[in-house]
Amino acid sequence: MAAALDAALVGKLAFGTNNEKIAAIRMLVAQGEVAAVPLLTALAEGELQTAGERVLIVRDEIATDAVTGAAVTPLPEEREDVIANNRVRGAIANAVAGLRLLSPQRELRFEAAQKLLRGIKPGMLPLVKGALTKETDAEIKSILERVAATIQVKSGDKNSRIEAIRTLADSHSAGTPALLESILQKRKDGTFVEPDAEIRRAVTESLDAVQKRLAWGERAGLLFAGVSLGSILLLAALGLAITYGLMGVINLAHGELIMIGAYATYVVQNLFRAHAPGAFDAYLLAAVPAAFAASALVGMALERSVIRFLYGRPLETLLATWGISLMLIQGVRTFFGAQNVQVENPSWMSGGIELVANVVLPWNRIVIIGFAALVVIAIGLLLARTRLGLFVRGVTQNRPMASCVGVPTARVDTLAFGLGSGVAGLAGCALSQIGNVGPDLGQAYIVDSFMVVVFGGVGQLIGTVVAALSLGFVNKILEAWSGAVIAKIAVLMFIVLFIQKRPQGLFALKGRAVEA
Amino acid sequence: MGPIAQTISRLYGTKGWIAIGAAAFVLFVLVPVLNLAVPATHPLYVSTFLVTLSGKIMCYAIVALAMDLIWGFAGILSLGHGLFFALGGYAMGMHLMREIGREGQYQSDLPDFMVFLDWKELPWQWWNSDQFWWAALLVLAVPGLLAFGFGYLAFRSRIKGVYFAIITQALTFAAMLLFFRNETGFGGNNGFTDFKRLLGFDVTAPETRVVLFAVTGATMLGVLLLGRWLVTSKFGRVLAAIRDAESRIMFCGYNTLHYKLSIWTLSAVLCGIAGALYVPQVGIINPSEMSPANSIEIAIWVAVGGRGTLVGAIVGAGIVNAAKSVFTVVFPEYWLYFLGLLFILVTLFLPNGVVGLLKSRRRAVG
Repeated sequence: MAAALDAALVGKLAFGTNNEKIAAIRMLVAQGEVAAVPLLTALAEGELQTAGERVLIVRDEIATDAVTGAAVTPLPEEREDVIANNRVRGAIANAVAGLRLLSPQRELRFEAAQKLLRGIKPGMLPLVKGALTKETDAEIKSILERVAATIQVKSGDKNSRIEAIRTLADSHSAGTPALLESILQKRKDGTFVEPDAEIRRAVTESLDAVQKRLAWGERAGLLFAGVSLGSILLLAALGLAITYGLMGVINLAHGELIMIGAYATYVVQNLFRAHAPGAFDAYLLAAVPAAFAASALVGMALERSVIRFLYGRPLETLLATWGISLMLIQGVRTFFGAQNVQVENPSWMSGGIELVANVVLPWNRIVIIGFAALVVIAIGLLLARTRLGLFVRGVTQNRPMASCVGVPTARVDTLAFGLGSGVAGLAGCALSQIGNVGPDLGQAYIVDSFMVVVFGGVGQLIGTVVAALSLGFVNKILEAWSGAVIAKIAVLMFIVLFIQKRPQGLFALKGRAVEA
Repeated sequence: MGPIAQTISRLYGTKGWIAIGAAAFVLFVLVPVLNLAVPATHPLYVSTFLVTLSGKIMCYAIVALAMDLIWGFAGILSLGHGLFFALGGYAMGMHLMREIGREGQYQSDLPDFMVFLDWKELPWQWWNSDQFWWAALLVLAVPGLLAFGFGYLAFRSRIKGVYFAIITQALTFAAMLLFFRNETGFGGNNGFTDFKRLLGFDVTAPETRVVLFAVTGATMLGVLLLGRWLVTSKFGRVLAAIRDAESRIMFCGYNTLHYKLSIWTLSAVLCGIAGALYVPQVGIINPSEMSPANSIEIAIWVAVGGRGTLVGAIVGAGIVNAAKSVFTVVFPEYWLYFLGLLFILVTLFLPNGVVGLLKSRRRAVG
């Protein structure tokens, strides 16, 4: 139990009149006595008793001293209940909510702040201001700022109110417009709720400024969300663009290769945590090559053992790779358990940049956008500038001829498939930083990845990039307008219709394509 | 020979007809008698659980037959057949929900989930759903019309092969997302369950179960004969030609769109019927039936049995689902390994499925 409470205040709570009790509760709140919460709840719940001069909290026949918090044994025989009427109980409820703002647990503070927002009381201002100076959590802070602003804007003398309204013009909180609008409301008979025209003018000005900024913030946020989703789709689809787009292999286990990359990241994270806790923040740098290698090896093994026997039989490849995906999912369940595993962001990836107003760009998303760009450039260079890339393109365009001039086609197939799988692993590594890592991780991305590749057109990376980004945008814009599920359905239906009109996708390879 | 006798001999030889007769005897006489007339303690007693399970597997067999018609004979692989199956199921489920009447938990005229969502009246999708004939019409019309519209667009722009497979998968995935929403009006995540009656009969009573079992069996045999009749006709030969060389048959002057569209729509309608028979026996329908995984599984039933052999579809659906029923009870954690391995081994080593294997062995022997 925390340090002793002020004995005089506790005495007033126990022996004073109702008014004195309420005054004492207010004092406790003003002093920010977090330790008083058990005492106050005991009073509200009828567990506070007096024995002579002493004040006891009696719960299940066990008494503790209300001032010191020490256990009192044996239980004194003669005790009297301290009665709290409804008014006192109401004051206690408010006080407890207020005091919880100072609690060390984030969830308690968050809940208390939200409670305050729902029932705002002018008397809370000093407490809220005190809590604001100590609060470190951005979300709770923004709620508390709203509470404080609401109190200041609606009460006090005219000048301080106008000043509060002016400061709200710089507010970063999404609730500000609603607060300001509430001041501008009219009564049923047409008169304003707020009689002072000067205050109303100040409100209108602030409201305009805030709304303009929020609108820009929202647009910027939407743009960012679109790019972010696009970069994730791009990473997920890029490997597929190589295995399907260039090699023509329908790999339904692609999602599971992504999942393997995510689990490789998880393993690397655990290794760092166990063996090099000091360098934990650097684990991601080691996880990137590990994820690539893990997925690439699995991919190459699959190519050697199953897929190479099925070249030229796309529907059979599809079924066999589906079987592989089922086995990989179950394998991961057997080794790591069916539950999601925890992958933690390194500290340099948590938090974000507060761009404008209410828009925060999380670091992990920004890093993933940059990572996706790097991967695309690397793959592009690899295909365009290296010997392996040349071979891959050669085999794609004309297998027999490539074979005739001495390209080891079988080896190129294996390496290209390994490359595509490795990129899937990189996608998994990136996804582990923003979402859950579980055996079903890949399933969520397989349909999307195929949509991106098919939409972008087979055989060209630029198509995949454009398709991923535009689908990301369209999805986010529709989402803001109609909700996530409808947006997703609309995008899927759009692609289905689009393929009917333009089966070769956005960017088609030029040439004399013959029916396969 | 008269035309009917000619048709009969075209469909199956003497041995085939004997086998079908034997199947009919088992489905319509033996199992009902062993379930209803034999006491439960008797060793020959067939439990109602087994009857329902076989009924369920026969529903899958109908779906497999429908899949074989398009994949095995016209070369169109659909990864969205679970959607048509589920739509048929939902159409029937709506009617079953209405037949619960006021016996639901909330004793309301509305289905329970609507009361739970605080809806005051039936949404438009539920119009007339208390009439059985309307439900039966929806079972045929909804999958049929959807397949017709989708197929028309897809086949007209000559989408085929893997592209077609992938967009059918997207279609069923989108539909699943749609049905997961409460606002769609079909019970969201939970779908429909707790059915009480079908046409006034208690759906849990052994007698009703046996009747449903027999109806499903009759439908399965009917679909088998219908399919056989189709694929042995001129229509069927054009389909096979489309599968093997679509360009060539087009240059011969056939409009492949009509052929593909008819078999595709028929296949979807058959799936709808299977779904409608499935729901009262299993007692639940929810959006997970539309998940892409379910639809891919249908393809493996056909592949295991043997593509392009209608009997193979039934055999495949039977083998895989019987194995699933055993595995998921005895060692649930190995089922996915088994299923995955089945996918791989069948595609690598058994391109003609079990039936193909048996046929080639018979040919090798004599």
